[in-house]
Amino acid sequence: MKSNFSHAVFTAIITFIVSFPLLGLNLVTGGTSMSIEGAGPTTWMYIGAAVAIVFFFQLFRDQFTGLFRHIPKPSFNTGYQSLEPAKKAKVENWFTFAIILIALVWPFMVSRGSIDLATLVLIYVMLGLGLNIVVGLAGLLDLGYVAFYAVGAYSYALLSLYYDISFWLALPIAGIMAALFGFLLGFPVLRLRGDYLAIVTLGFGEIIRIFLLNATSLTGGPNGIGGIDKPTLFGMEFGRRVKEEGNTLFHEVMGISYDSTYKVIFLYLLALILVVITVFVIRRLVRMPVGRAWEALREDEIACRSLGMNRTVIKLSAFTIGAAFAGFAGCFFAARQGFISPESFTFIESAIILAIVVLGGMGSQMGVILAAIAMTVLPELAREFQEYRMLMFGLMMVLMMVWRPQGLLPSKRPHLELADDK
Amino acid sequence: MTNKTLLNVSDLRMQFGGLVAVNGVNLRVEEGQIVSIIGPNGAGKTTVFNCLSGFYTPTSGVVEFMGEEIQKLPDFKISLKGMVRTFQHVRLFNEMTVVENLLVAQHRHSNTNLLSGLFNTPAYKKSEERAMHRARYWLDKVGLTDVANREAGNLSYGQQRRLEIARCMVTEPKLLLLDEPAAGLNPKETKDLDNLIVSLKEDYHVSVLLIEHDMNLVMGISDNIYVINQGTPLASGTPEEIKGNPDVIKAYLGEV
Repeated sequence: MKSNFSHAVFTAIITFIVSFPLLGLNLVTGGTSMSIEGAGPTTWMYIGAAVAIVFFFQLFRDQFTGLFRHIPKPSFNTGYQSLEPAKKAKVENWFTFAIILIALVWPFMVSRGSIDLATLVLIYVMLGLGLNIVVGLAGLLDLGYVAFYAVGAYSYALLSLYYDISFWLALPIAGIMAALFGFLLGFPVLRLRGDYLAIVTLGFGEIIRIFLLNATSLTGGPNGIGGIDKPTLFGMEFGRRVKEEGNTLFHEVMGISYDSTYKVIFLYLLALILVVITVFVIRRLVRMPVGRAWEALREDEIACRSLGMNRTVIKLSAFTIGAAFAGFAGCFFAARQGFISPESFTFIESAIILAIVVLGGMGSQMGVILAAIAMTVLPELAREFQEYRMLMFGLMMVLMMVWRPQGLLPSKRPHLELADDK
Repeated sequence: MTNKTLLNVSDLRMQFGGLVAVNGVNLRVEEGQIVSIIGPNGAGKTTVFNCLSGFYTPTSGVVEFMGEEIQKLPDFKISLKGMVRTFQHVRLFNEMTVVENLLVAQHRHSNTNLLSGLFNTPAYKKSEERAMHRARYWLDKVGLTDVANREAGNLSYGQQRRLEIARCMVTEPKLLLLDEPAAGLNPKETKDLDNLIVSLKEDYHVSVLLIEHDMNLVMGISDNIYVINQGTPLASGTPEEIKGNPDVIKAYLGEV
């Protein structure tokens, strides 16, 4: 108690020393001169309160931390864990099927805003799954992932602007372009690991964004590119009037009256299809030799080399394939928004995508999907507390790390049946 | 002996700045032989291994494997040629299961074509089945079938050692470099290891180059022994010759 007391006095004094000049003194400009003025009584009260809070918190620190420890941890254990592997796979298959079914049906029952939000979630799911290859599986910390997203988005925007290429043709091109950039980034960072790799990828992300910002004649710089064509369904447009020669209108073909919700639902379903394809492709990749090699590389690079695996090829494939998914997501993003500017591709986006991967549990697909939902929906729900959004974001992260450092749904090792063939 | 020479090392030298770690080492491994390298701690035995397996590029000297000079090749290419090593400190893929460790090691035998994997073509299925079959065979051989789906990092030390050897064997090597495989094993596990190494030689016609401090093991199974002291070769010969060599005894025990 005594050491706590002296510690509390000390921290209170420090608090006062720090807060007094910051809050208690004001610079006032009067005409040409400047003078320092003391603070009013309210500010003094605040400073006093801050000092008191710090003092009492430090004094009763042990009790507080004790209290914190007694907060019950949410239990994630269910009977599911103890199931047999074969049954587990069956349950999982049904589960996936049910989720897809619900995802297909529900846009017809909810509001337009919800569908829009869900579409955004799906974009983040795709980004999260793509980054999961690089960070979760191959263990290469990539802080500039948003660059590939930007490449995909700008690929479609520019192709549509200059060459009038449709969304469906641009989609694979955007993926290939992003993959190409992933490949290019992969080369200089082959020898880097950990922190060094993170810094270089961070720089790469910024280079792409700043290039887009400054190449005004090509990309419109900070003004961005607007009027990007929306995707069509077999030549059917979802607008009120036909924008492009030769296209038809969805509501006319179907013989229904125009409703702007159709477009939103269409975009949602399109995103859903892209996500489902992404999930299945990555699920297969993980079980393939290349996926195993990624994980082996994460575990022990030297052992990989000693077994005759070419780490150059493995690393580049992780970067390339991971980037391709960001390219698809970017292309879709540009089509949905109809307008893109470098502002959509700042570092904070990379950080959010990375947070999705880490929160979900490295390498786990289901976890990434859950985390993407949480990371996108929660800020929307908390719109009234917009100013505190970052604070809540931080709090959520801290609580997650305390309760569940391995992520929401940590990846489980596949259980391989040893075929009985003696 | 009409055996072919598998590995021939002449005048190997490895220098780190001013420090000469290995100087003028000659080695020769015939097909079907077990050859050991012994020497006091810090003698440069592991450095020799690193030079042979391509982790270091030797300063000078020639490493010939199956009649081909390999001293300039990158590590993974040397391993693909059929010379595979283990490490003094076990290096497994800890968070992957035991089976997965064995599957990863067969990377070069597997069908790595992305499209055939994505569409699950018959050729791909067959290659995966083959890999699984081989993994299972070696699990049985080293007695790890019961823990096949356990994470490699959770195995006991002896099991990890055995898994590392199995992981090398699924790559179907011609020459196995074992770096202190008995370190940290109890007497029974060492005995098992002894049997395993002999069986690799007799049943699978794999030659073995061994670094080991356990003299019982070395003397019992080696066809030939090289002694290295402070980076330079001290003696070489059959186990009997080495046992009686006064220089070797001096290097190990100091001046008597």
